[in-house]
Amino acid sequence: MDSKYLSVFIEESNEYIQKLNNELLELEKNKEKNVDEIFRYMHTLKGMAGTMGFEKFTELSHQLEDLLDAIRSEKIIVNSDVVDVLLEGVDILQELVEKISESGQEGEKDISKILEKIKRVMQSENLMKSKEKDTEFKVREENERIAEHPLNEYELRIFEEAYKKNLNVYQIKVEIHQDCLLKSARAFLVFKAVENFGEVVKTVPEVKDIEDEKFDREFFIYLISNSNIDTIKKSIESISEINKVTIKEIDIENILQIRQFDVKPQKNEEINKKFVEAGNKENKENVEEKELKDTKKKLGKTLRVDIDRLDNLMNLVSELIIIKTRLEELEGDLDRDQNKREAIEYLSRVTSNLHDAVMKVRMVPIENVFNRFPRIVYDLSKELNKKVKLIIEGAETELDRTVIDEIGDPLLHIVRNAIDHGIEAPEERVKYGKAEEGILKMKAYHDGNNVVIEISDDGSGIDCDKVVRKAVEKGIIDESKALRMKETEIISIIFEPGFSTSEKVTDISGRGVGLDVVKSKIESLGGNVEVYTKKGEGTKFLIRLPLTLAIIQALMVKVNEEKYAIPLNAIRETVIVSKEEIKKVYNKDVVVLRGKVIPLIRLHEILDAEFDEKQREKFIVVVVKKGEKDIGLIVDDLIGEQEIVIKSLGNYLKSLKFIAGATILGDGQVALILDINSLFEEE
Amino acid sequence: MDNLNQYVIFRLGDEEYGINILQVKTIEKVLPITRIPRAPYYVKGVINLRGEIIPVIDLKKKFDLPERELTPDARIIIVSVSDVTIGMIVDSATEVIQLPQEAVEPANSVNVGINSDFIEGVGKLEDRLLIILNLEKLLLDVRVS
Repeated sequence: MDSKYLSVFIEESNEYIQKLNNELLELEKNKEKNVDEIFRYMHTLKGMAGTMGFEKFTELSHQLEDLLDAIRSEKIIVNSDVVDVLLEGVDILQELVEKISESGQEGEKDISKILEKIKRVMQSENLMKSKEKDTEFKVREENERIAEHPLNEYELRIFEEAYKKNLNVYQIKVEIHQDCLLKSARAFLVFKAVENFGEVVKTVPEVKDIEDEKFDREFFIYLISNSNIDTIKKSIESISEINKVTIKEIDIENILQIRQFDVKPQKNEEINKKFVEAGNKENKENVEEKELKDTKKKLGKTLRVDIDRLDNLMNLVSELIIIKTRLEELEGDLDRDQNKREAIEYLSRVTSNLHDAVMKVRMVPIENVFNRFPRIVYDLSKELNKKVKLIIEGAETELDRTVIDEIGDPLLHIVRNAIDHGIEAPEERVKYGKAEEGILKMKAYHDGNNVVIEISDDGSGIDCDKVVRKAVEKGIIDESKALRMKETEIISIIFEPGFSTSEKVTDISGRGVGLDVVKSKIESLGGNVEVYTKKGEGTKFLIRLPLTLAIIQALMVKVNEEKYAIPLNAIRETVIVSKEEIKKVYNKDVVVLRGKVIPLIRLHEILDAEFDEKQREKFIVVVVKKGEKDIGLIVDDLIGEQEIVIKSLGNYLKSLKFIAGATILGDGQVALILDINSLFEEE
Repeated sequence: MDNLNQYVIFRLGDEEYGINILQVKTIEKVLPITRIPRAPYYVKGVINLRGEIIPVIDLKKKFDLPERELTPDARIIIVSVSDVTIGMIVDSATEVIQLPQEAVEPANSVNVGINSDFIEGVGKLEDRLLIILNLEKLLLDVRVS
């Protein structure tokens, strides 16, 4: 099999499966939903798999397609069971795709069970539907008969006159007893009775036919009258051998609108106006629909590009930025040459624009990640017997593709925790006076050079006492220390390796992967995670991620003669402190800045460089931040701010402590980028 | 001709070593090296190879061979095994030779100065002894975790 087509197949199948998941969840919420689109997706999947020769996939999607077709043609009514079978089918399709992407084969997966299920649903539901449909149909028929009879212009005019005179028009349905021998005589009596109340405009069948007994058991009378329904009804019911009398008032206005009769304009201005209005409304809707289609079309205009090619483009742009920086450094010598300087400035501008453009290409809406969650939340809440409403906001927020690829698992972990540990069982929620349905909110938005993802729930919040108890039990902290800890410090324990508060290990959360993994993953992406919680009210995780991984602003510093880069977004300020200002607390060096005690770290120690303290009177300190915490880094010199391109150190030197990556300077030398987060851990 | 392998030959001190040419990307003159703090002792640092950052190891340190001042003949051989690319500093890179497979004896049958784990075998070419390195083992072993 051509691997080129295979990868396209896998990617597109995943997309369609994702769409199916979303649509099916919609269907679960709204059982009346039109399934045309779902059917089309399934149909496309089937076609693709058929072309690729994946037999199981084709068979299953074919059966699912049949089921959808049955729903579409209203042979089957949708209920939760049907949706579950569909979802399960889609899950298995997903599994098959995964297998295919791993090995190029469908593998041993047994699909006979699901096929059986689909069959069962199609058979059992079929009967139900036809029964239900019959009764449903009858009811509808009865109701609809009201205005079912065509009215001619003359009758309409009379109705209109009656309407203007504020008279009522009734449709009287009379059912004569089946054993009645003289139906026309009874009908005659009915007419007689009715005529006391007003004017009979029309009968169905016609009067002549009724007289000739050319009707089954029931007939209709249209009556204009100012009496009320009950009086008329009583009067008719007093006639013997009448089984049932149904009287309905006819909404003339409505009829005049619905029936598009050729009404004379001068007499029916009002009606006409309504027609026009109604028409306009329809037009408007059409326009809106068209606009909707247009945007859909616009969204669809994309080009699939291999990420490697993009990376290559990005690398070239990075090179360009390096040369630009180099030229800017040269600029000093060019001061006298106006032309050259202008050319360099122009080059800088073009380079930044090019950089922006390439970055934008790499940006993907976070929707791609968020999309998975309605399904996940649905499954989880079902499994855990909880009621959860998922609210997604800001799905259009864009993030670098690399981040998008990596952020899914950490988010999943937090969401699992929220549903498993956060949101309480429905009964419990009611007891606390909360709505039965818990709310889980995923929200993404831009904040400066960062993208923030918030995951919040209105569950029970984190129980600090429980956290402390568990932490002491597991030996993460000792008891005496626990007493001194502030609440925020306690909450941060949940990110420690080997910590899990779950009393019972559930299928969902107790997988041995703790929040520490979430934290380290997010930090490896250059972000950080904070948690806010209030007992009984809920928990909020705040994940801050850099917009882009590739290029950042950094402050270049010197330690001995070596140059290092410190990401600018981690820096609070730079200060110069004299020897006397450095104090000792618990045998550690600190400096007090505006009343805040800041621990000092000699970068020389961290970086195995020599440091001769005695000769110094003043120290250059770069204050870096992480959340509310600050640390001062002692450096030898500040070189300046610079745009740097982050490069990986490669697979060989993975996870070096204190080093986040490297960059190439204007002179071609490599400078290392400090990993500020790890410095805080050291502290 | 099937069992004929090509080797890049380089020197560390007085000994000659060979590595399979298919694993060699390029051979560079010694470029400025940026030290990496807290890296293992044999990691010299990283270089900028036309925009790519490549770690460089000092094979002599790795093999506990006596250190010697680098001469203008010194080179960095860029090698790549699966997903790992590194540079190795050598005293000189001299030639490319062909050796039939039979000419390479397994490592355990010969006794050479360095850790035999990293040796694929010893190749004999006329009166020269060439230590053929097993780069897979070497790179995996020194991969820093």
